Amino acid sequence: MDLASIVKALNLKVKSGEDKLNTEVRGGYTGDLLSDVMANSKEGDLWVTRQVHQNIVAVATLKDHAGIVLVQGSEPAKDTLEKAMKEGIPILISDLSGFETAGRIYNLLSKKTA
Amino acid sequence: MRVDEKPIYEGTFTVTGGNFDNAGEVSSNIKSVLKRMGLSRDVVRKASLVAYESEINIVSYARKGMIRLRVVPESILIEAIDEGQGIADIELAMQPGYSTATDKIREMGFGAGMGLCNIKSFSDTFLISSEVGKGTYLKMIIKTNNRSLNS
Repeated sequence: MDLASIVKALNLKVKSGEDKLNTEVRGGYTGDLLSDVMANSKEGDLWVTRQVHQNIVAVATLKDHAGIVLVQGSEPAKDTLEKAMKEGIPILISDLSGFETAGRIYNLLSKKTA
Repeated sequence: MRVDEKPIYEGTFTVTGGNFDNAGEVSSNIKSVLKRMGLSRDVVRKASLVAYESEINIVSYARKGMIRLRVVPESILIEAIDEGQGIADIELAMQPGYSTATDKIREMGFGAGMGLCNIKSFSDTFLISSEVGKGTYLKMIIKTNNRSLNS
């Protein structure tokens, strides 16, 4: 499933990486502890987090994530957005909680592969 | 790794303590260097994680430091050398979940007490030495599985 389909299904606000919405989302990971995300997320994952500072872009870049979803309507910090634009990392905003956001993405992805 | 072996790549990257704004930049550079050499994704992934956690440790706990990268056909050597507070009890510091991070560091999602454990589990060889008030030295080796490399 591509990022654009998830953006549409969850009505996500696209803050950066508009040109990367055709990226294939292979899975997802939820976490706010950066070391946990570094160790356990995978390439092509859509990362769901409530962290908004610019270090999330470095993590997503290093792990080759499909994108970052900020939950609870959280806006990225200004320098986070600048860095995401520079690195070409999609930052998306969900108005839902982390639990609900991850659950919906999980359902979409498992339906697709079932 | 043989000491006399001519490296395919050798470089030193400076890390500034306390500068969370650019934290991760050195690891990103290291990842780009390794990717360009045609190393397998798995090897690049391991080395990037090791570099990242080492970099974050320097930013979080040291005044300044550097990460040295040396690549030979069989392996990648990553050394993290810093001038900083050092580690009083290495055994304790290696325990998952143990951290001396400040609230400020934790708020950003760092300081989960996973960094050194991650470095150890993603490296093939891991060495650590530290002196309180002086600094910490980490040495990690990641095998490249003998893949042919572009120099």
